[in-house]
Amino acid sequence: MVVPILKQGRYLIATIPTALTDADLQHLRDGLVAQVGRCRSRGVVVDITALDVMDSFAVRTVRDIAHMTRLRGAETVIVGIQPEVAFSMVELGLTLEDVNTALDLEEGLALLDKKTQRVGKEGEARGP
Amino acid sequence: MGRERRRAVTSDGPAAAPRSKARAALDVPRETSIPVRSDVDVVLARQKGRELAAALGFGPTDLTLIATAISELTRNIVLYAKCGRIVLRGIEQDGKLGIVVVARDDGPGIPNVAAALQSGFSTSGGLGLGLPGVRRLTDEFDIVSEVGRGTTVTVKKWKQ
Repeated sequence: MVVPILKQGRYLIATIPTALTDADLQHLRDGLVAQVGRCRSRGVVVDITALDVMDSFAVRTVRDIAHMTRLRGAETVIVGIQPEVAFSMVELGLTLEDVNTALDLEEGLALLDKKTQRVGKEGEARGP
Repeated sequence: MGRERRRAVTSDGPAAAPRSKARAALDVPRETSIPVRSDVDVVLARQKGRELAAALGFGPTDLTLIATAISELTRNIVLYAKCGRIVLRGIEQDGKLGIVVVARDDGPGIPNVAAALQSGFSTSGGLGLGLPGVRRLTDEFDIVSEVGRGTTVTVKKWKQ
């Protein structure tokens, strides 16, 4: 299953449609990291609302997506972690560390606006 | 046409989902055995486990905990033993319903089981086997491993 990556202005949005195999998740990671460059994106939203399970592999891959895209100059925000999934992640001792999370797509986009605006302002410090 | 369709749906409904706890209890024990060969089977095994646990009447949080434990156990088989088997069974003991998950492989085995049960927890998402996590997610945990012969992990989760 290939997860479609949508371009929305300066952001990329990937909505995971269902449970994914390890290979699918890695494919998504590679696709996002490549596309951030191709689209010159400043932000990435990964919507995992439909993921039934966040086990150690899924958590690691999501964390890798955030770290790799940040190295490429884009902020990633993970949205849609369900209450049961959050519970099982805490029980397992899995953390997303410094990865941005938000409740849903709307909140995630708002967070990206805030994060990337600051980067923009610093870059355009000579403006009026 | 519309009426026929509606009738078909209502007659299918109760059979698809157990109507009561008593009914679920009657269906126990049920057993599913899933051969594990690739990462596709990781998803299949945890979906089968979730289905069985749902039929036994587990709540949504427990369903996710059970599916997560199965996911970790199945992935260990794929990563370390290449192939093996997941057996899922509904059980009843002292009036309590539960689910048993047996993850069995004929892989290389674990040289130091005690270490595998300790390490990995703090480095979660790292290279650990995830066994300490599986232990935390379940009520009973048992592991038998012999180097060169394989590993069998048996976990149980009881309905609260």
